[in-house]
Amino acid sequence: MVIYRETDCKFLAEAGREHLYFTAVRQDEHEILPNRQCQLTSVEILNTPKKVPMSQPLAIAPKRKIFLVGNPNVGKSVLFNALTGAYTTVSNYPGTSVEISRGEASIAGTTYEVLDTPGMYGLQPMTEEERVSQRILLQEEAFAVIHVIDARNLERMLPMTVQLIEAGLPLILVVNIIDEAERMGIAIDVELLQQRLTIPVIAAATAHKRGLDEIRTAISTFAGGRQPAYAYAPDLERDILRLAVQLHGDYRVDRRALALLFLLRDEETTALVQRIEGESAAAIAETAREIIFSYRSDLHLRLSMERKRICSDLLAGVVSTSPRQGRTWGERLSAMTMNPWTGVPILLAVLYFGLYQFVGIFGAGTIVGLLEGDLFSDIINPWFISTADQFIPWLWLHELLVGEYGILTLAVRYAVALVMPIVGTFFVAFSILEDSGYFPRLAMLVDRIFKAIGLNGRAVIPMVLGFGCDTMATMVTRTLETTRERVIATVLLALAIPCSAQLGVILALLSGVPGALLIWTVVMSLIFLLVGFLTARLLPGERPMFYMEIPPLRLPQWRNVVVKTLTRMQWYFFEIFPLFILASIVLWAGKMTGALESLVRFLAPGMTLLGLPKDVAAVFVFGFFRRDFGAAGLFDMNEQGLLTPVQLTVAAVTLTLFVPCVAQFLMMKKERGWKTALIIFAAVTATAFSVGWLLNIALLSLGWLA
Amino acid sequence: MRVSEAAEEILESLWIASEEKGKPGLPCDLESDAIEGSGLHELLSLSYVEVVNDLIRLRPEGQHEAMMTVRRHRLAERLMMDILDMKGIPGDERACEFEHLLHHGVDTKICTLLNHPTTCPHDRPIPPGECCEVAKATGVIGVVALTELKAGEAGEIAYLSTSDPKKMQKLMNMGVLPGNRLDLSRSYPTFVFRVGNSEFAVDEELAREIFIRKG
Repeated sequence: MVIYRETDCKFLAEAGREHLYFTAVRQDEHEILPNRQCQLTSVEILNTPKKVPMSQPLAIAPKRKIFLVGNPNVGKSVLFNALTGAYTTVSNYPGTSVEISRGEASIAGTTYEVLDTPGMYGLQPMTEEERVSQRILLQEEAFAVIHVIDARNLERMLPMTVQLIEAGLPLILVVNIIDEAERMGIAIDVELLQQRLTIPVIAAATAHKRGLDEIRTAISTFAGGRQPAYAYAPDLERDILRLAVQLHGDYRVDRRALALLFLLRDEETTALVQRIEGESAAAIAETAREIIFSYRSDLHLRLSMERKRICSDLLAGVVSTSPRQGRTWGERLSAMTMNPWTGVPILLAVLYFGLYQFVGIFGAGTIVGLLEGDLFSDIINPWFISTADQFIPWLWLHELLVGEYGILTLAVRYAVALVMPIVGTFFVAFSILEDSGYFPRLAMLVDRIFKAIGLNGRAVIPMVLGFGCDTMATMVTRTLETTRERVIATVLLALAIPCSAQLGVILALLSGVPGALLIWTVVMSLIFLLVGFLTARLLPGERPMFYMEIPPLRLPQWRNVVVKTLTRMQWYFFEIFPLFILASIVLWAGKMTGALESLVRFLAPGMTLLGLPKDVAAVFVFGFFRRDFGAAGLFDMNEQGLLTPVQLTVAAVTLTLFVPCVAQFLMMKKERGWKTALIIFAAVTATAFSVGWLLNIALLSLGWLA
Repeated sequence: MRVSEAAEEILESLWIASEEKGKPGLPCDLESDAIEGSGLHELLSLSYVEVVNDLIRLRPEGQHEAMMTVRRHRLAERLMMDILDMKGIPGDERACEFEHLLHHGVDTKICTLLNHPTTCPHDRPIPPGECCEVAKATGVIGVVALTELKAGEAGEIAYLSTSDPKKMQKLMNMGVLPGNRLDLSRSYPTFVFRVGNSEFAVDEELAREIFIRKG
């Protein structure tokens, strides 16, 4: 039996009165604190059994739920897809699985509901996503919780397993990415680990379908049940117990785990305890304050050190590493991408081949030429129009379907022939880069520059994605940590990042005028930096912090690339295609009622101010519906020889800066709220026209492009 | 012999001007009758400085005292930032007041506590004292901030100095815990290091909170 100090016994006695069941096993050989008489190895506090209402009908028993949890980047999503058979985005980038995916898995005749929770590092959440994960784990009833960890980093990941066991969750441990660990010379004795943890432990490489059957078997034969928690140092245990006995309410989670989270000042737990305990909450908070103060140091750190000790005991003899030989090509290339001297040229090469050659020349040139020029302009549209001429006598319907802004002649043609090839090739390039693990390297490379504009390196992902689709990128800004960073990123996306569809048309438009493209690029870069710099000064808030895991560089797997690209394309079409049709209808209605003409007339004085022909106003009106509608309109005007080089450049710059398209605006509203979205809208419009005005004056007075 | 605070400030400016900025001296804007009783008068009477052509110049006799004054100032800055966690202007202001208290061996104690730092928070060198020379000669392995490590160096994480629980948690999530080994592979444009089998990039602000026992 364990010998406790007098104070310990008092708390134990109190615990006994609270019907808590407490076991402690003595362990002599492991003594880290010389002044302690003993060390606990296992502590179990069971809640008083819950009263199950007898009237609960058995027939409509809810589906058994399985939660997938783990750090970002350990292959949770891949496992989710493998279990459920439906695909979500499989990502190499920490924090992309923002939304929770649900699916159904049928294993050995039973249907389970599977939840893929956002990546988390521990039970104390720091971000919104982690808070969601914590809430699911602590407040929803699970049949099984599958903790997925990275075999290469057992020491770093196992502490969370310990935490989950502590919370009393029915756990299955999946040691994933075992293949890469083996390649690195790391051998893991999974059997031994399973014996020590007394929960099912499965070695897997889900990306290569290894271990999937074992996981399914583990689920179908899973007995559940709660494991005894691992014990911390006696002084910590005493204090946790001291707090736990004050919690009288009915909780789903183990009280010991709850007391611990309360001591760590977890917001969710604090709120929960306050809600449930009512009046005695103040006394509990007071006890917690006393305990926290008595340590005079960070409790998080203390607990992490304790868990580290527990894990190194658990892992003794489990992991063996054979010495590594030299650096692989991947590591060498990885070092080069992070060295500014070699990293910047690599970045330029990536931009040139990935963006310019592949998206610009191949996507926007070759494929658009084939689809738009050969297929739609020469074959499909003339056929639509002649058919309509024959069968549709009503002008309004004729116009709506095949007119200037017709659904078939404009919306469908744009979506399929113009936008799909450009956005599609962009998403292919983006997915290749994402799967190779290049983005975190890019993030560390640009962190210093991004700090100057109030962001940190992490924001490079939404910014790059913005070159594909600003609407999607605006949605992805939610992965940034602070609201301030999200607002700054949203502003920059709305203002200075042209989407691929627009970029394609603008490149084609300006390439005919020597120097225009250069001026456009310089102006856009300057505005990007200047506006970022100013917004960062104007918006209050803490300085962003940059920290990021750098996953190993690897050859992209075509399967992942295809899946990621298709998922994005699918999203794009569901979100954007209806808007194309809507835009078409609105423009048609505007034309039929004459409202469009009035609006264009209303904007005309503004055009004169920028030195542009009055007709360009229509381009801006279209630009709001689709960024590239506008650019394409400009393209047509240029073909007709209506614009001078200066006018063309000014119009291109203003249009690129000009308001986001309808979809992006709606996304801004959704992510940031009406107020912020409207302010950004107004500020962006004002900036676009001021810059256009200044650029016109500057170009005319300097005599450039004349 | 202790000089007054006013005299210390003059010595400090003179040393920085002559040793670090390579100027011959500082312009003397005091009227001759105003010198009486000022810090400058004190220094003149000690022959620490001289006034030549309206320029105050540091004399060899004042060299050591001036250097130690600068040392105390920069040690005070480090103390404010590393231990008391006061950064920016408030930290600098407190350091200006604090430096005058670092006499009679207090500077040595602080220098040892800070593990003989070589640069101040503004990246200017801290003139070494006797304690630094001794520590160097006996080869004591120091604990330094990650920012002091060169790319390619490694060590054991000694402690984390942050008082911000969020930063602390981020570091712990990365496996940055006392006792773990850390290999620094890059220090520019951000700090890139390996802990266990994972590689991480952090900015200077976070790197400053990680203290490493070299070796």
